[in-house]
Amino acid sequence: MDNHVLIPHLFRTEYRKMVSVLCRLFGISHIEVAEDIVSDTFLTATETWSLDGVPANPTAWLYTVAKNKTRNQLKRHLLFEQKLAPAITYETDAADTLEVDFSEKHIADSQLAMLFTVCDPAVSTASQIALALNLLCGFGIQEIADAFLTNKEVIYKRINRAKDKLKAAAIKIEQPSLSAIDARLEVVLTTIYLLFSEGYYSTSHHTVLRQEFCAEAMRLCDQLIANRRTATPAVHALMALMCFHASRFDARTGAHGEIILYRDQDDTRWDKALIEQGQHYLNTASTGIQVSRYHLEAGIAYWHTQRADTEEKWENILTLYNHLLTIAYSPIAALNRTFALAKARGKATAIAEAEKLQLTGNLFYYSLLGNLYTGIDNRQALAHYRAALKTVGTDADREIIQRHITELSSDIQDS
Amino acid sequence: MNEFLIAIHRDLKSKDAKPSPEQMQEAIKPFQDWIGSIAAQNKLVAPPKRWDLGGRVVTSDTVTDGPYAEIKESIGGLVLIRAESYDDAVEIAKGCPVLKWGATVEVRMALTAG
Repeated sequence: MDNHVLIPHLFRTEYRKMVSVLCRLFGISHIEVAEDIVSDTFLTATETWSLDGVPANPTAWLYTVAKNKTRNQLKRHLLFEQKLAPAITYETDAADTLEVDFSEKHIADSQLAMLFTVCDPAVSTASQIALALNLLCGFGIQEIADAFLTNKEVIYKRINRAKDKLKAAAIKIEQPSLSAIDARLEVVLTTIYLLFSEGYYSTSHHTVLRQEFCAEAMRLCDQLIANRRTATPAVHALMALMCFHASRFDARTGAHGEIILYRDQDDTRWDKALIEQGQHYLNTASTGIQVSRYHLEAGIAYWHTQRADTEEKWENILTLYNHLLTIAYSPIAALNRTFALAKARGKATAIAEAEKLQLTGNLFYYSLLGNLYTGIDNRQALAHYRAALKTVGTDADREIIQRHITELSSDIQDS
Repeated sequence: MNEFLIAIHRDLKSKDAKPSPEQMQEAIKPFQDWIGSIAAQNKLVAPPKRWDLGGRVVTSDTVTDGPYAEIKESIGGLVLIRAESYDDAVEIAKGCPVLKWGATVEVRMALTAG
């Protein structure tokens, strides 16, 4: 690998590790100092390696330079001596003997500690995700802005607001205790799932970037699985859910970037290895007595990896949605449950249920009614698709709905 | 929206209990669908629990085993829902699948403070 490839690659994998370790060392109030030291380390690497060539072990080189820079900072700056040095938890008086620990174990522990810090309830969800992408996953502000279809300033503000909140709350970056894990793991899982969904459902055209978001969410989840204390059944269930969804990542998009609906997907493009991994995680998740929303959603996603439209499949999906809705209502789950009901019990039953939902103004509500009425009462179906067209937000959705309207219109004329 | 209690009363003690255990078994799936339907309308206040058939009846000086059966029908299930009105709540209660096997469903509205 030459410098142009190697440095961005190392930046993606090593930046977050070094930042985590240094943040944990300095404490949350000096988070920017940690970021500066690591950024500066990469700057030095870029300069030195282009002159002297890449060292034999680039990662070890980065760690050594980061350690030296940390020591130098400590010596040089009054700020450090007066404010930072006392805050450092290591038992050392002199900067010379300060030990920055970049061992694998310490990196893993620090990253877990940072994950729990970023997911502190003091920070809003949108900011948590931006901060997680930046600090825990090593994405740049521009990349995050691209994925969220917004500009750099917005993301920059979100991240700074998150940091300010964490500082104001004086959150300690530490290995979460068992009681902290109990209390906060749910928030951590929500953030990871939102991060995944951002990649999976984002309307951004940066497909590669979106896929990386999904991979990062799975990596963070893997960090929880790797630690005995955080490897709960719900964590395994979330991992299973993400594997099942991710298995269809490629099959969802056509050659021209258009969306391919589930029923039209070429299932030979589904990633079999990911499906098998998902099954493995789901089996591991099936212990204990607690059924989390991730267990139910993973169950639903599992049945969607089975192509054949069997009675068993839709009965199971319906039961899982029934259960899911009792513990976590969402409009989309209510609509999906009604779709499963149509598959399991017929369209007439489902129409009666759909009309009780009253999700007026919701694009997918009208699309569902349009789908259910198609073949039963095509004029009604057409009216619902026309209502859907009025609420549509993206070109991709508009195209799909327009397709239905054209088909129905010609059917009605023929009859 | 108001909160309503849907109390399902059924005969738990007599030999010809209505509905029979077999009928209850048969009702599990429709019962789940009924609850799922309420939840899909975002009208379920809390996930319903399953209750055992044993129970204890406590008075000021006695504790006896078994469900309260001074009247023939004991509480077989409790569901807490949200609804616009009594009419709305009754409409939801009518969907309870155990009704067709002879259970009785009681609907009560929660009073709000003040």
